[in-house]
Amino acid sequence: MNLSSPNPGNNGAPAPAVPARAVTPAAAPAAPALPPGRPASAPAAPPPPPPPVPTALAALPVPFQGADFALKGFHADATVAPGEVVAAAAALDQAGFALDTITGVDWLAQGQMEVVYDYFHPVTGLRAVVRARAPRENPEFPTISKVFPGANWHERETRDFFDIHFTGQSNLTPFLLPEDATYHPLRKDFTS
Amino acid sequence: MIPKEPTGVTIVDGVPRETFVINLGPQHPATHGVLRVKLTMDGEYIVRAEPVCGYIHRMQEKMGENRTYAQFLPNTSRIDYLSAMTYTHAFVGVVERALKIQVPPRAEYIRVITSELNRISSHLVWWGAFLLDLGGFTPLLYAFDDREKILDLLEGITGARLTYCYYRFGGLCNDVDDQFLQGTREFITLMRSRLKMYRELVTGNIIFRKRVEEVGTISVETCRKYGASGPVIRGSGVPYDVRRAEPYSAYPEFDFEIPIRSECDSMARYLVRMEEMVQSLRIIEQALDKLPAGPVMADKVPRVLKLPAGDYCYAVEAARGRFLVRIVSDGKEIPYRVKLRTPCLSNLSLFEEASQGMLLADALALMGSLDLVIPDIDR
Repeated sequence: MNLSSPNPGNNGAPAPAVPARAVTPAAAPAAPALPPGRPASAPAAPPPPPPPVPTALAALPVPFQGADFALKGFHADATVAPGEVVAAAAALDQAGFALDTITGVDWLAQGQMEVVYDYFHPVTGLRAVVRARAPRENPEFPTISKVFPGANWHERETRDFFDIHFTGQSNLTPFLLPEDATYHPLRKDFTS
Repeated sequence: MIPKEPTGVTIVDGVPRETFVINLGPQHPATHGVLRVKLTMDGEYIVRAEPVCGYIHRMQEKMGENRTYAQFLPNTSRIDYLSAMTYTHAFVGVVERALKIQVPPRAEYIRVITSELNRISSHLVWWGAFLLDLGGFTPLLYAFDDREKILDLLEGITGARLTYCYYRFGGLCNDVDDQFLQGTREFITLMRSRLKMYRELVTGNIIFRKRVEEVGTISVETCRKYGASGPVIRGSGVPYDVRRAEPYSAYPEFDFEIPIRSECDSMARYLVRMEEMVQSLRIIEQALDKLPAGPVMADKVPRVLKLPAGDYCYAVEAARGRFLVRIVSDGKEIPYRVKLRTPCLSNLSLFEEASQGMLLADALALMGSLDLVIPDIDR
């Protein structure tokens, strides 16, 4: 019940010490150089080193990369395999994050379907993004609604719009589309 | 579709377990729009309340993918029509962020003033409608009287009374005039006396308190697991406000408090919103006092907006909570993907869990205290 402590939802487990102020956005300019071997995510010609991952997120078993909040609107970004999204959700849940939203992106040219999970921290204000890609023909991701029950509606919506399947999802009725809808309007090859 | 057999919930001892299904909505005054709730009832008690959404789904996200940023901007004020300023703010914000457009300070200040006025007008609609749900008709008339003054002020500068499209990429459509500044100052004085009257008229009323105190409790954990935000999470004791958590626009320059209540009940959410109106007035007053001179539009905003490839997020504190725009750009004039994360969807998604075992009449009070706008859920 006590979310005013810096690490809510972390029942008893030793919490990484996170000073709440350490995560003020726009704290990026003096980004120390990253250890070698870490790929930079920015595609610009001379790629500037990405800012460091906030301490609270670096401690999690999710391969986060720092992001410039002032430009991107989130502090860290991780790409995982579809099978790992539940573990990532559980780790973020342990760290006290709340589910922001889930959505899909149809990468028609690459033949892939991406699912993006957004999280925010209600106390520290940190923003984390977890993303995963699956083949476009049969995109399947495990549901994270066992960890975050609020994911249910977001997953149903993503299924409506993209025909992305969330295995383990109990409610398969369309969420926003009509109940007899057989189309998926946000797929890039959708024609009305 | 035949609903599933409810899993053994016996609420009233000694009464044989027999449930029935009734439909609340999609045309029902208590749902404030086209929301349907499929209720499995055990007498007057709710066994299961499943919201059924999508009756006014407009596929806003698809519209975002087949027109330019400037063409989509007016759509954003139609998502939550009571909080249009903040929604357009998020959309211009994400484009400004990606293109690194520096918005002049005067424009940021005016954005704060108009957004906070919009927040008050939105909370006034909620206040009137919430009390209407609980059986009090009179407050609605007072609320709309005050709201009318805000709408007049905003109409004077934006030309619209509800679905504003006043913010532009890089600033504002036009500067404010003296009539607006003077009128806003007069409104602050008036509203403060009205809020005092509201407290005397409603907040202490024993009939009202019996309907909302210790009713509709939503725990902090429930808020977090469902991603609830805005007055809902603040009514559960968490001082989460995007204006502080992800500071944007000119908000860091103002002194204001984030009201919280730790009771987690419908009354807590009521009190949070009432206090938010006081804080909004404080912000507006400071912004008027410090309003800088200068232009209201950035120089050199490109006529054709092409965001560099990548994804960009921008969140704002709308009247109902956290509104996030996520743009995926492939470097073209038209966004590759526009995701609109709306607060009401997350706030309503916890209703099924929170309303279990409640009296139907109390659950409607709970729903009123969530302050739903259905087009915001359905998009």
